[in-house]
Amino acid sequence: MSSSTAVAGAVPHAQHRHHSLHRQRAWALWGSYIALGCFVVMFLVPPFYTLMTSLKSSAEISAQQGNPWIVHHPTLENFWYLITYPNFQTYYLNSVMITICTVAISMVISVLAAFSLARMGFWGSSALSTGVFLTYLIPASLLFLPLFQIVGFLGLINSVWCLALLYPTLAVPFCTWIMIGYFSSIPKELDEAALIDGAGYLQMLWKIFIPVAMPGIIAATIFAFTVSWGQFLYPLAYLYTSNQMVLTVGIISDLIRGDVFQWGKIMAACLLASLPPILIYAFLMDYYVAGLTAGATKG
Amino acid sequence: MADGTSVPVGVMTPAMAGRRRASSMKRFAQRRSTIAFLLCLPLILLVACFVIYPAFYAIWLSMLNKKMTQFVGLGNFAFLLKRNTFQLVIFQSCLFAITAVIFKALIGITVAHLMHNIPGKNQRIWRGLLLVPWVIPLALSTLTWWWMFDPSYSAFNWILNELGFSSVPWLGVGWIARFCTIVVNVWYGTPFFMIMYLAALKSVPDQLYEAAAIDGAGAWQKLFFVTLPMMRNIIAITILFSLIVTFAEFDIVRILTGGGPQDMTHVFATYAFQVGIQSGDIPLGAADSLFMFPILAVAAFFVLRGVTRRSKEIAA
Repeated sequence: MSSSTAVAGAVPHAQHRHHSLHRQRAWALWGSYIALGCFVVMFLVPPFYTLMTSLKSSAEISAQQGNPWIVHHPTLENFWYLITYPNFQTYYLNSVMITICTVAISMVISVLAAFSLARMGFWGSSALSTGVFLTYLIPASLLFLPLFQIVGFLGLINSVWCLALLYPTLAVPFCTWIMIGYFSSIPKELDEAALIDGAGYLQMLWKIFIPVAMPGIIAATIFAFTVSWGQFLYPLAYLYTSNQMVLTVGIISDLIRGDVFQWGKIMAACLLASLPPILIYAFLMDYYVAGLTAGATKG
Repeated sequence: MADGTSVPVGVMTPAMAGRRRASSMKRFAQRRSTIAFLLCLPLILLVACFVIYPAFYAIWLSMLNKKMTQFVGLGNFAFLLKRNTFQLVIFQSCLFAITAVIFKALIGITVAHLMHNIPGKNQRIWRGLLLVPWVIPLALSTLTWWWMFDPSYSAFNWILNELGFSSVPWLGVGWIARFCTIVVNVWYGTPFFMIMYLAALKSVPDQLYEAAAIDGAGAWQKLFFVTLPMMRNIIAITILFSLIVTFAEFDIVRILTGGGPQDMTHVFATYAFQVGIQSGDIPLGAADSLFMFPILAVAAFFVLRGVTRRSKEIAA
């Protein structure tokens, strides 16, 4: 970035210029590292504090003495308590179940639709793809009250399955949008060749488009996973007994009883609940970032 | 097809064959678009049943009385607008969204620039670390923030006390609580801006910088005359997009303050939840959340314009 400033000085002291250029570059590099380090520290303060608190015993937390940022007597009792706590197991199981359903439903719907919108087309298909993008911009907090009535009408209030019905509406529009982008980038010659060889459309989708657009499918899957694992408003509004709750709501309603905050357990639960997303991102981050920023590189 | 060996056949055949071919082409196209429509059908049904219908249903609901037995026209909207609490909600929603988006954009672009400076092979690990806030489900990380803002024995107050300052009632005083909600949102949303800008930065061709350097441009001049103009479109889309999401924010305020103290942190979504679900006045809550609509529509219009322009550029 700053490497060019030296060029402005037109005096041909080549050696001197080379040195100052070099030094400036090194300074810029170290400056960037230091500044980035500061940002990383700021960004990682809450996760670090979560970890520290989760390792503390209830007695250590309620003693309210000493430095809260470090743990004096690390213990795994909070984690052990949660793992053997039936309610927490239920929340975890519900979350996993709903997430699997949501991801499967969303991916089937959005891959089929994206294939049709990107390649086949019908009357009004371009309007539809714009409309799909627009529905992505309608937030959950605008729709949760009418949906409360609709869910009630379907008899699914306080049933965890209403989430499997509602989460796809949050995931499908954006997944379709990602997939349209990936499918349109596949050269037309490929499907012409497939058609000439006598492949049907579904065969073409299954044998050519899905394998070629695998990075896009991974990105869309991660998006659907993220949405359904972290959603908070719908379960908070529609579920109220502990056997139907998912993690995000269950942790709050179960471990906070009136004024009693079991912070150690809450933080341990947060860590355990954040584990799946963290693991997935650790391995598949590149696909997801590429899928999200596919537009940015071309804008 | 018409080989022209015999004149009468040669005259007739192309027309007939053409007609037959046209009709088979038409049938092919029809079949093709039927299949295409069928493939889209699940999407259309899902969106129609759980997005479009509820959206219109919300408008109908907002014009009923609390027991949903009587049509009251715009009564709920008028009632809300006269209420002092709701005026606060409008102000706070705008304050929350605008301030948070500005800071997210500024910090995001700064961090993206810093990342762009360091060599590519190191970027991956730094990016991974910086994306952590965005990876943890927001409802869970907000719980940690809540614990850190705890008034009696909190992480932040301990540091302040060690440095010789008195404790701050983080979530207990209106303006401080507003500040806290914004901080959490900035913390959560900045990584998204960072990766969008980083991708955009990488797409700016190097030749432009070289040309600028030859013309004697300094670092700031390069930023303002090369980088920012090249990224203008993506910056606009990201900001508008984030504005929509931040405007509709629910988790942070709900968990951190629940709207308090004295309703001084309520935003549209949390107020709609309190009125609609907790107090059981669904029509009033629906009316409240519909106030988001005009702002979202304007933002969506601009996002859409940016996106279609972008897709045209890709197609070109």
